[in-house]
Amino acid sequence: MIQAAIFYMFAGIVLLSGLMVILARNPVHSVLWLILAFFNAAGLFLVIGAEFIAVILVIVYVGAVAVLFLFVVMMLDIDFTELRAGFAQYLPFGLLIGLVIASELAAIGMGWTFGDTVMATRAAPVRPELTNTQSLGVLLYTDYVLIFEMAGMILLTAMIGAIVLTMRHRPGVKRQNFSRQRRRDVSETIRNERPAVGVGIDTSAGVRIEEDVE
Amino acid sequence: MIGIGHYLVVSALLFTIGVLGIFINRKNIIVILMSIELILLAVNINLVAFSVFLGDMVGQIFTMFVLTVAAGEAAIGLAILVVYFRNRGTIAVDDARQMQG
Repeated sequence: MIQAAIFYMFAGIVLLSGLMVILARNPVHSVLWLILAFFNAAGLFLVIGAEFIAVILVIVYVGAVAVLFLFVVMMLDIDFTELRAGFAQYLPFGLLIGLVIASELAAIGMGWTFGDTVMATRAAPVRPELTNTQSLGVLLYTDYVLIFEMAGMILLTAMIGAIVLTMRHRPGVKRQNFSRQRRRDVSETIRNERPAVGVGIDTSAGVRIEEDVE
Repeated sequence: MIGIGHYLVVSALLFTIGVLGIFINRKNIIVILMSIELILLAVNINLVAFSVFLGDMVGQIFTMFVLTVAAGEAAIGLAILVVYFRNRGTIAVDDARQMQG
């Protein structure tokens, strides 16, 4: 009973905040609703007993993806009212497509049953003696280790791609220049002066080391 | 215990909301990316529900891979968005057809 109540709470908030993500006028609000949706989806996973996925969802989605969205939304100076134009124009078409997809999913949802052989053909049946996290780890590092490494490669590609896309060399910014740094020697960095009393060293009179500005 | 049908309904509705979001926010690519995240979340709910109700761990394994791909996709998508904004000063995807080559 209490489980059903909690399930309906989480499910209702997920759907409501999902709607608010796509309807909110301000994209910052959209991102915040998205965070709420992810938290409540994690709650749904907890209710069903998939603890590890629930925690991973909070860490990866809320901690990384949603914050990434928030950074980009706040960093770019975008006129959102202009982007809002055409909302009413696209709404009927979008509702039509949504209705079609929803009714198709409903038709599938009402028509399916588990097959007779489905329990016999499970790839990795749950072992009751292990916890959820343990059984995921046992599978992930044995049978699915190749796919796991592939996931790592995908993340590496995404990271390199994001860096390459967004990196730019601004002119006039001082950077470390390794070869220039290695080529320096004492003769161009140190000079001996013997200034007259009461005069001091005028830096402009001596040899100035040119600054490495790209 | 909550039946699998409840989870499938939530997942289907969330998927529909995501698709609807892509259509009604056609100019705002940030909200489109967020809608894609919603769709992937719906897929994840579906995978986890079947995984738990069948007693098969593979569904949860694949949920993690979907999560990986979603994170990578968000990073690349937002990077492209930042570059696009830097070049054009707007993120209206109507103009994206001008990106020829």
